[in-house]
Amino acid sequence: MLRAVRRLSSATEELQLIAPSKLAIENVSKSFRSASGPVLALDRVSVNVAEAEFVCLVGASGCGKTTLLNIIAGLEKPDSGMVRADGKPVTGPGRERLVMFQEPALFPWLDVFGNVLFGLKLKPNLTNRDRREVARYYLELVGLSRFEHANIHELSGGMKQRVSLARALAPNPRVLLMDEPFAALDALTREQLYGDIQEIWKARRKTIVFVTHNVREAACLGDRVLLFSPHPGRVQEEFVVNLPRPRDINSVDLAGHASRITKALKSVGQVGAVVAE
Amino acid sequence: MKRFFLSTAFFAVLVLLWEGVYRAKIWSPVLLPSPGQVVRYLESAAADGTLLKATVITMRRLVIGYLIGLLMGLPLGLLTARWKLFHDTIGTLALGLQTLPSVCWVPLALLWFGQTEAAMLFVVVMGTLWSVIIATETGVRNVPPIYRRAALTMGSKRLHMWFKVILPAALPFIVSGMKQGWAFAWRSLMAAEIFVTILTGFGLGQLLHYGRELSAMEQVIGIMIVIVVIGLLADKIFFSPIERFLHRRWGTSQA
Repeated sequence: MLRAVRRLSSATEELQLIAPSKLAIENVSKSFRSASGPVLALDRVSVNVAEAEFVCLVGASGCGKTTLLNIIAGLEKPDSGMVRADGKPVTGPGRERLVMFQEPALFPWLDVFGNVLFGLKLKPNLTNRDRREVARYYLELVGLSRFEHANIHELSGGMKQRVSLARALAPNPRVLLMDEPFAALDALTREQLYGDIQEIWKARRKTIVFVTHNVREAACLGDRVLLFSPHPGRVQEEFVVNLPRPRDINSVDLAGHASRITKALKSVGQVGAVVAE
Repeated sequence: MKRFFLSTAFFAVLVLLWEGVYRAKIWSPVLLPSPGQVVRYLESAAADGTLLKATVITMRRLVIGYLIGLLMGLPLGLLTARWKLFHDTIGTLALGLQTLPSVCWVPLALLWFGQTEAAMLFVVVMGTLWSVIIATETGVRNVPPIYRRAALTMGSKRLHMWFKVILPAALPFIVSGMKQGWAFAWRSLMAAEIFVTILTGFGLGQLLHYGRELSAMEQVIGIMIVIVVIGLLADKIFFSPIERFLHRRWGTSQA
């Protein structure tokens, strides 16, 4: 009986543990070789992200925003400069900075529950019962409790991204890095997820860096929106969006912010970027 | 149920046709025995234990050789997928030797090992190994990089990455390689047993061979049927469930 109580409380503890983190991106440069010579994807980019801040990176395709996200994640190394998470240099990937990719990178050999459990199993100091409890909590959070044992291919695109979100949240990362996670979804599903992600962000006080080419999406989600310019990739301009939350993507105030950013986007000649849909 | 019935009816018709041809006396009964004669042979061979003994001996050679082939092939396939050096050496060797019909190993095995169990095992291992190496390598190379990246961010690395991400992701390829390896091993073992008399054990192939020597056609056909049934059972009992699981999980088929 006593053991059961202790188990229960350690899972609860894990679920209530809030550890915010701040990011410092210092003078990060990165170039790639391409057929037409070297391309400077990032040119001395410096960005600070405060604890529990929601920052959106906006820009046309190929402006280096995804590269920056990968560098923050530790999946790629910068040519020069560095990223610090809580003051410590990032040298490789780590579960305190989880990534949600554009395509759902769910594992087809595991069912929904197994996918959410994957990252948790790599987290030490938890009993298996705790892990299962935490996984169930996040599946419920994204509204997929009934699909615990579904196979990945049986899910719709929106459900897959929800599972990806649950999988990214489950190990309780301090930083969530999101790379156009909703780009492939229909408008209705996306709007639902905007609500979900704002709720989760607020409740769990995550630090989120969110890459998108959708200006309206950025204005809806971000405390700050950083506009990237391509060739070379730089932070062109910074916008503070101080609208109350939760924000509705269709609100007039939000449209005002979005059009301000869109104007700036056009002025740097990024015609290719998708203007608010 | 309906499928089972149709399947049974099909084979019943086949046996009836056979019986009809036998009764028409188109060929000498020495060349074409009746279904009844074949069944009687199988009954007597089952009763005096020769059939069971031969089956056990053959299956033992097959299973042991196959397992050795798998245990060698899987790690070698992983090595060839992981390091260029292994890819350029063992990978190329496997690709070349896979094109060699595994029966071609029999003469070499005989000269090297003589008429021993080792020669049988060698032939089975050679039948299995190259297919498994190539399938494992192909499977690992076809794992979408995004799985690795996702797993990396969740803290998976080295052995965990290999066992929990790359191997499962490559499973569909590996299983089809295992199936091919099994088929090659089974064929080459039969060839080897027909070729070679081995004093340490009398397998199904050898029974088949002596059926020919004695012009006992009911024995030849009877053993052939046993060999077919074993092949079918291996597929239905071992490979089909795995493939069904893979199809269900990956969503690659409606079956």
